[in-house]
Amino acid sequence: MSKSLDWIKSHLLLFVSTLIFIFLVAPNAVMLLFSFNQPANKYNFIWNKFSTNAWEHPCASADMCSSIKLSVGIAIIAMIGSTVLGTMVAFAMMRHRFRGRSLLNVLLFLPMAAPEVTMGITLMTFFYNTSGSNSLGFGTIIIAHVMFSLSYVVVTVKARLAGMDPTLEKAAADLYATPVQTFRRVTLPLVLPGILAAALLSFALSIDDYIITVLTAGNEVTFPMYVYASFQHSVPAQIDVIGSTMLLITLAGIAFAQVPQIIKTRRA
Amino acid sequence: MTTLDAVGDLRLTGLTKRFGSFTAVDDLDLTIPQGSFFALLGASGCGKTTTLRMVSGLEDPTAGRIYLGDTEVTHTKPYKRPVNTVFQNYALFPHLNIYDNVAFGLRRRGVKDVRKQVEDILALVELGHLAKRKPTQLSGGQQQRVAVARALINQPQVLLLDEPLGALDLKLRRQMQIELKRIQTEVGLTFVHVTHDQEEAMTMADTIAVMNAGRIEQLGSPEELYENPATTFVANFLGQSNLVAGTVAGKEGDVVTVEAHGHRVALPSARCRPDSGAAIIGVRPEKVQLVAAGGAAPDGHNLLAGGVVSDASFIGVSTQYLVKMPWGQELAVFEQNTGKEIFRPGSEVSLHWDPTQTFGLDGGQDIEAGAEIDDEAAK
Amino acid sequence: MTAVTAPAAPPSLAEAAGDHQKKRNYLPYVLLAPGVAWLVVFFLIPIFYAVSASVQTGSLDMGFKVTWDWANYQSTFSTYNTEIIHSLIYSVACTVICLLLGFPLAYFIAFRGGKWKNLLMALVIAPAFTSFLIRTIAWETILSDHGWVTRVLSDTKVSSVMVHLGLLTNSHQLLNTPFSVIFGMVYNFLPFTVLPLYTSLEKIDPRLHEAGADLYSSAYKTWRYVTWPLALPGVIAGTLLTFIPAVGDYINAYMLGSPNTQVIGQVIENEALRDVFGYPIASAMGVILTFGTLAIVLGYVKKAGSEDLL
Repeated sequence: MSKSLDWIKSHLLLFVSTLIFIFLVAPNAVMLLFSFNQPANKYNFIWNKFSTNAWEHPCASADMCSSIKLSVGIAIIAMIGSTVLGTMVAFAMMRHRFRGRSLLNVLLFLPMAAPEVTMGITLMTFFYNTSGSNSLGFGTIIIAHVMFSLSYVVVTVKARLAGMDPTLEKAAADLYATPVQTFRRVTLPLVLPGILAAALLSFALSIDDYIITVLTAGNEVTFPMYVYASFQHSVPAQIDVIGSTMLLITLAGIAFAQVPQIIKTRRA
Repeated sequence: MTTLDAVGDLRLTGLTKRFGSFTAVDDLDLTIPQGSFFALLGASGCGKTTTLRMVSGLEDPTAGRIYLGDTEVTHTKPYKRPVNTVFQNYALFPHLNIYDNVAFGLRRRGVKDVRKQVEDILALVELGHLAKRKPTQLSGGQQQRVAVARALINQPQVLLLDEPLGALDLKLRRQMQIELKRIQTEVGLTFVHVTHDQEEAMTMADTIAVMNAGRIEQLGSPEELYENPATTFVANFLGQSNLVAGTVAGKEGDVVTVEAHGHRVALPSARCRPDSGAAIIGVRPEKVQLVAAGGAAPDGHNLLAGGVVSDASFIGVSTQYLVKMPWGQELAVFEQNTGKEIFRPGSEVSLHWDPTQTFGLDGGQDIEAGAEIDDEAAK
Repeated sequence: MTAVTAPAAPPSLAEAAGDHQKKRNYLPYVLLAPGVAWLVVFFLIPIFYAVSASVQTGSLDMGFKVTWDWANYQSTFSTYNTEIIHSLIYSVACTVICLLLGFPLAYFIAFRGGKWKNLLMALVIAPAFTSFLIRTIAWETILSDHGWVTRVLSDTKVSSVMVHLGLLTNSHQLLNTPFSVIFGMVYNFLPFTVLPLYTSLEKIDPRLHEAGADLYSSAYKTWRYVTWPLALPGVIAGTLLTFIPAVGDYINAYMLGSPNTQVIGQVIENEALRDVFGYPIASAMGVILTFGTLAIVLGYVKKAGSEDLL
C-alpha cells in the first residue's frame, strides 16, 4: 500500500498536471464530438444520435454564416492594423532609448488587465459623443479590436526581439550593411516568426471577442454576438461544427509550426 | 576616394572615450604599422575592447582621432570603413548558412559573383565541406573559423579580433592561435587582437600594448615587454616577477648598484630606469636559482642569502619554490628539473642570478600592481 | 589630405548602444507615435467621456445632456449591490482557484517539460483560440443534470457539501449555480494565469532547486524559500491579469448561471443596450470599474515598478 502511495507522491505533479490538462481539453473534445450529434431538440446538449448532418450543412442558418464572414473580415483588418502598430512600438522599446518608458509600460498593460466591459462602455460613450450614436458599426468594431490587441502584439514581438543576439546587427554593420540593409537582411528575418505569432494572436483575439464588440457594433452582428444572442432559444449542432473547425485550424497551425523544429532535430 | 579605399598604418591620436564620469579610454596615442600582428593586452575593464570598437566604428570617440593612412575615419560609420571584426561570441547570422554568412560582406558591397572567393576562404579555414550547414550545427571551433573567414574574405585593411578564442578549450585554443598567426603571415593584413590572456598575446603578436585603466602602460615586442618591463603593472601582469624595493646606491660605468634590505644588487644601467633614489629591482622567477645556505654561487651573480623555503611545488617540467626572505617578503623561484636536488620546505637557501637578467623600475609604484588574480586572467 | 567626417546620417538600429548622444534621436518617437496615439485616443480618452456620460440624463430618443447628476453612482451601489457582490466573490474565487491549479501546471511544464515545453504551453493556450463562447456552451453538456459528472459528485456526497457551502441549490444540479459560473470562469481564465506564471518560472535556473535541496533538504522548504519568491512577479502578474478581467466578465454568468447569479457586467450591457434611459448609469458603472482597475494596477506599479508588467 505504501508503495503505491510513494508512487503517487513522486508522480503527484504529473498526476495533477494531467488532470488539469484534461480539464482544459474536455470542452473541446465535447464540442468536437457533439458536432456529429443530431440533437433531439433545439439545444445540442444531450447526445441523441450520430449524424454528419451539421458538417454537410454548416450554413443551415444563413445568419450564422454571414456573421462568420463579418467576423473573419474584421479579424483580418484588425490583425493587420494592430500588428503594424504593435511591431513598431516593440521595436522602439527594444532597440532605442527614449523618455517615458514607465508610462508606456503602464499604458500598454492597462488594456490587457482592464475588464472588457469597461473598455466597451467607455468606447461606446466616446463614439456617441464624437461621431453620434449612429456611427457604431463596422468601423468602430475595428477601431476597438485594434485597440485591445495592440498590447498583446507588443508583448509577443518584444519577446522575440529580446531573444535576438544584439551583436548580430553590429556584425552586419561591420560587414558593410547600411542600416536599411541590416534591417532587411538580418533583423527582419529573425523577428518574423514573432511578428507572425503576434498577427495570429491578434486574429484569434478579434474573431472571438464578444463583450467589447457588442458594445461598439451598433447593428452589425459578429459570430460571437450571433452565438450569444441565439443561446436563449437554440444551440444548433452547426455551432459545434464552427468551433471544431476553429480548433482544427489552430491545431494544424501549431503542428505546422513544429515541423521546422522536427526537421532540424532529425537532420542534426 | 571614399573611406572604403583608405590604406596605410592605423593611427590613433589622443583617443578618448568617456561614459558619463567614467573614462574608459584615456588620451591614447598609438600607431599600428600596416601588416603587423598587434595585440591589446589587459585585464577586463582596462579599455581594450572599447578601443577596438572605436576603431571598428561601433563606438563613437569622445575625443581624439583615428586615421587609416592619410584618411581620417574617426566618425565614419562602420559600414563605410575597410575594417572588419571577429566578435567574441562570433555573431554568426543564425538564419543564414555558412556560405551566405561568409558572403555577406561581399554582397553588401555589391559584388555579384562571390562563389570563387567564398570557396577559397573556406578552403583556407578548412571548412569547405560545411558550406551548406547553419551555424548552430557547427562546433565552437568551427564557428570561430567561420567568423574569421567571414571577416577575412573582405580583405580589410585592419582585422579586429575581440577575444575570439575565449570560448574554446585549451587545446583548440592553442591550435587556433597558430592558425591565426599563419593566416596573418600568409595574407599580410594588419591584425589587431584584443585579449586578457598574456600567453596568447605573446604567442601571436609582433607588438603588444599592455593597457591599464584606459592608458597604455608599455608598448613593444613580447620579448621587450617580458624581459624588460617598464612598470610594476607590466612586470606582474605578464608572467610573474619578484619585485624588491630598494634605493639606488651608486653607478659605475654601465653598472648600477641598488641596495635592498642590506643586500647589494647589480644590474646594467640600460635596464635601470631610475638614476637615483627609490628603485624597485625585479627578476623573473625562472632566472633565479637556489643554492643551499652557505653554498657558493657563480662569479658575478647577484646573491640574496638568508632565505627559507616555505613551499616547493613539483610541476613536472619545473619545481616552483616560494622562499621567505629575512625581511618577510616571499620570492618565487622556478627551477627546471634537470636532476638537481630538490629543496624541501624549511631548507635554508640562498638565491642567485645573472645580473644582466635584472630590471630596475621607478620606486614610487605599487609593487602589487597587476598581480591580482582576476577571474578572467586566471583562465 | 581628405578629411572625411560622417554625414548627418539618420539614426540607425545599429547605433542604439549609446553612441550618438549629440543629436536627438527621433526615430523611436516616430515608431511609437501611431500605437501610443491609438491607445490614448481609444483607451484613455474614452474614460473621460464615460465620466461625462455618467452624469448625464435623458433618453435615446431625446438625447442626453450633462446634468451633473451624481445619483447614478449612488444608485449603482444601492440598486445593484447584489450584482457587485456576486462579481467580487466569483472573481476572487476564480483567481484563487486559478492560482491553485495554474501553479502546479506551470511548474510542471517549466521544470519537467524538457524539449516539449513549447508544445505543452501551446496546448495550454490553444483551447483559448477556439471560440470561448462555444467552449463554455460545451460545459452545458458535461455538467448537465443527466451527465456522468453530476451523478458521480452526487453519489460521493460531494454535492451535498457544496450545497452546504451555498455553491449549489440541490445536490442533483450543477448547472445554473454559483458553482457552474465559477467553474466556467476558472476554465476561461486559467491560461491567463498560467502564461505569466510560466514565464516567471521558466527563468528560474533549475540548479537553484538543487542548491536548495542541498541546503534546506525538504521539497516544501525549497519551494517556499527558493521557487516561490522567484516566481512572485509571475504570480502577481497572473493575479492581476485574471482578477481584474474576471470582475467584468459576464459570459459565464449568462451562460452557466441563473437569475440569481447575475453579475455587474450583465447589468452594464443591459443598461447600455436595452434600456432607453440606461446609458448614463451604464457609464457610471463602467467608470467605477475603470478606476478600480487603475487603482489596483497603479498600486502594483508603485510597489514593484513597471518593467515586469510586459
